[in-house]
Amino acid sequence: MTKYIIKRILLAAVTVLVICAITFFLMHAVPGGPFNREKALSEATIAALNARYNLDKPVGQQFLLYMQNLLHGDFGVSLKNGREIKDIIGESFPISARLGVSAMIVALVLGTVFGSTAALMRNKLPDRLIVFFSTLFTAVPSFILATLLLLVFCIKLQWVPVWSANSNNYLLPVIALSAYPMAYITRLSKTSMLDALSQDYIRTARAKGVSKLKIIFKHALRNSLIPVITYAGPQIAYIITGSMVIETIFTVGGLGSKFVSAINNRDYTMIMATTIFLATLMVIANLICDLLYKLVDPRIKYE
Amino acid sequence: MDQNNTPKKNPLSMQLDLSKFSDASFAPATEEEKRQQDVMSESTTFFKDGMRKLFKNPLATCSLVLLAIILVTIIVAPMIVPYRYEEILSVNGKRDKGAKNLAPFTYSEMEQQYIENGGKRFPHIFGTDEQCRDYFIRVIYGTRISLFIGFFASIIVLIIGMLYGSVSGYFGGRVDLIMMRIVDIIYSLPDMLMIILLSVVLNELLHFESGTIFARLGTNMISLFIVFGLLYWVGMARLIRGQILSIKENEYILAARSIGATPGRIIRRHILPNCLSVIIISTALQIPSAIFTESFLSFVGIGVKAPMPSLGSLANSAREGLQSYPYKLIFPAIIICLIVLSLNLLGDGLRDAFDPKLKR
Repeated sequence: MTKYIIKRILLAAVTVLVICAITFFLMHAVPGGPFNREKALSEATIAALNARYNLDKPVGQQFLLYMQNLLHGDFGVSLKNGREIKDIIGESFPISARLGVSAMIVALVLGTVFGSTAALMRNKLPDRLIVFFSTLFTAVPSFILATLLLLVFCIKLQWVPVWSANSNNYLLPVIALSAYPMAYITRLSKTSMLDALSQDYIRTARAKGVSKLKIIFKHALRNSLIPVITYAGPQIAYIITGSMVIETIFTVGGLGSKFVSAINNRDYTMIMATTIFLATLMVIANLICDLLYKLVDPRIKYE
Repeated sequence: MDQNNTPKKNPLSMQLDLSKFSDASFAPATEEEKRQQDVMSESTTFFKDGMRKLFKNPLATCSLVLLAIILVTIIVAPMIVPYRYEEILSVNGKRDKGAKNLAPFTYSEMEQQYIENGGKRFPHIFGTDEQCRDYFIRVIYGTRISLFIGFFASIIVLIIGMLYGSVSGYFGGRVDLIMMRIVDIIYSLPDMLMIILLSVVLNELLHFESGTIFARLGTNMISLFIVFGLLYWVGMARLIRGQILSIKENEYILAARSIGATPGRIIRRHILPNCLSVIIISTALQIPSAIFTESFLSFVGIGVKAPMPSLGSLANSAREGLQSYPYKLIFPAIIICLIVLSLNLLGDGLRDAFDPKLKR
């Protein structure tokens, strides 16, 4: 187990390093320096600026300096508004995190509830309805669902106010963000629940006379949750990228919408910093899920 | 056979007692007996059997029909509709400024007048957009682009993944170890972020001569293909490697190797045909995910180049006039959902028909 954990952590560290390197060198390949303005600066000024931001050094050395700064929590400054990116992430990430974590919880809880219900009431009406909707929702891109929700509930019916900085209404963004993972988890937990229900230990428990509720909650549900955990890792990645779109549509001021506007404004330092930040987050989330999976199910072999 | 010639049977021997057989037992079979041996049902191939099972699945058949309808529509419609996707509407060579944001099946004032004077005007089935372009033909072209991207991206993934996976799986050992470590690292890269990053950078770096298909698609789509080629093949490579690891233990591979077949020939002739079902299924499921990715990128603002529509970019630009013209969102949205849904269902159907083991 210890060997496996060390191996996984090392792989994660290498991945983060690769991500940083790819991001840095790609961004360096973009023609035009950060000081290309409409009004040409004098050569002396440019040289001074380059020296100030270490741009006169060889690329390899610049990369090392950048990594050193990253490790100290210094992401540099945004090219567009000159603010410290550290501060931008600091104030917008909690909003995104709140949105993402709520969506994840909703998806996991409702997904397993729906999935288990469908498995327990196999081939009856609730099962058919759940299967129908989960198949449907895996085919709807999140931005379309979000725009439709906005159109129907905010504009036509006016039940929910459009998001603004002080209203903090997370209802619609959370629904839009959690729909796809919820549909997927529903399908996943239905099959794993059916699988668990057909196991020998369930028959034994039933033969012993254990009550039906206890069988479902203690024996079947617990075992059916294992495959769901494996899927939680990729779902976190989905939620992080999905939140970019959802936040833009609902004008939530989180990191996702900041990232999208950075892309549209070609704010290279911001794109670079946010990519590294979010990518590291995803790698860590995947690492935790993998380790958790091995911890929950001791039957799984460590390579 | 002569009774006297048959050797006497030892009672404890397990050998056949030849004395029990008469000469008739060794006579050639009569015509009637031969006919009994005829195989009554037609022999079936793997492919035929799979297709038969597929057509028994109502959902998969429906999706197949739906996809066929969509395909026929996007091929035929541009021949019938007299507008082009980038064409700004005009009547008798004069720009029709009133044809902005028309509702479905309505005409602008200029067109109305033209019709009253005896002219013929093709109806705007989905109305027009904010730049006075026929929306129906834009949606048709958007569907074409989205399907093209989905299909082409899946082919790229298939080719690279197949080559990499089969080499890694066939040679095994240290080659496999190193190749799979590389796959592990690429696999754990966050793909969507890398796509965004690469698109942003390639946009600045790549320039195509105008007029070529590359220039019309725009650098964003080319970088999307490049990214698919660089990142998305790892899933396919893993899948095919796993298949090959199990297939190469079979006796017929050993036999082929012992008569001196080259590794390339063994992979091509014996191994790949045996993992065909897995390849077909995962390619079918790859197409909708590529369409999703494209629409996501178009939404973020790094999709196809401006006059060229895609379903994602149409849905994105429909957001601006959402309150007044919701149908502009509804049409592309429904088509994306229908395509993705039917491809998903078709993929599931293919999986059930061609590889029952894979069923989860």
